Amino acid sequence: MNLLALNILLALAWMAVNADFSLTGFTAGFILAHLILWLARPLFPKERYFRRTWGGAAYAIWLVKEIFVSAWAVAKGVLGIGPPIRPAIIAVPLEAKTDLEITLFACSITLTPGTLTLDISPDRKVLYMHAMFAADPDQLRDDTKAAMESRILKVLR
Amino acid sequence: MLEAYQALIGILAVAGAAFCAIAAIGLARMPDAITRMHASSKAGTLGCGLILVALALYFPSVDVAARVVAAILFLLLTTPVSAHMIGRAIYASGEKLWSGTGRDELRGTKDDPGERLNG
Repeated sequence: MNLLALNILLALAWMAVNADFSLTGFTAGFILAHLILWLARPLFPKERYFRRTWGGAAYAIWLVKEIFVSAWAVAKGVLGIGPPIRPAIIAVPLEAKTDLEITLFACSITLTPGTLTLDISPDRKVLYMHAMFAADPDQLRDDTKAAMESRILKVLR
Repeated sequence: MLEAYQALIGILAVAGAAFCAIAAIGLARMPDAITRMHASSKAGTLGCGLILVALALYFPSVDVAARVVAAILFLLLTTPVSAHMIGRAIYASGEKLWSGTGRDELRGTKDDPGERLNG
């Protein structure tokens, strides 16, 4: 992650040149420096920095959208106007291996309303989640893996 | 323009309050401990988040916005951890799931926290 250090250093240089030591100055400098580094990305062929930052931002936006969509479903379930709730505990085989990948996946599951990470098996191969709307548990397991886990792995690997 | 902006703030704040209210209703209406967790922890987070965003728009200054961003980040970081720990504790304590629960692929397996943690 030395590109992050470089990015921050360039942002500090921007602040010094402008004599603007405020949060706004830092943010502007950071964004500008990021764009410049991005233009110069052929210089860093093995660097995952851009995939991580841009992919991470895209993932965060997608996650917020998911939170809204499923919060709406849970709200309807609570008020009893949507499809009836049908809870189940589902075993999800994990492709994520490292601590970071598993933590991010587990937290994303819990953050999206309607699903909750209950436990991870001690051998870290299976994640158990409790879902509120699991009329078709196998479908839900496949959806969660395809939509959420594959996105996380794409950003982190 | 200004009125549209204020309307947006109002909509965000009311929507946030509505999600918090739904979380509270969910606590009373949901059938078992884990489904009550679904209603309270997550809908509550979204409600708080919306109210905080409305706050940041109402006071358009960098330091308020920075605090709002920090507050939302901490909400997003801490809620899943506590929800996970409480949910796991509910399950490990052997609390009965609602009779309408479909399948339970954890109870009785070698990974069952009730077996692992209680011996």
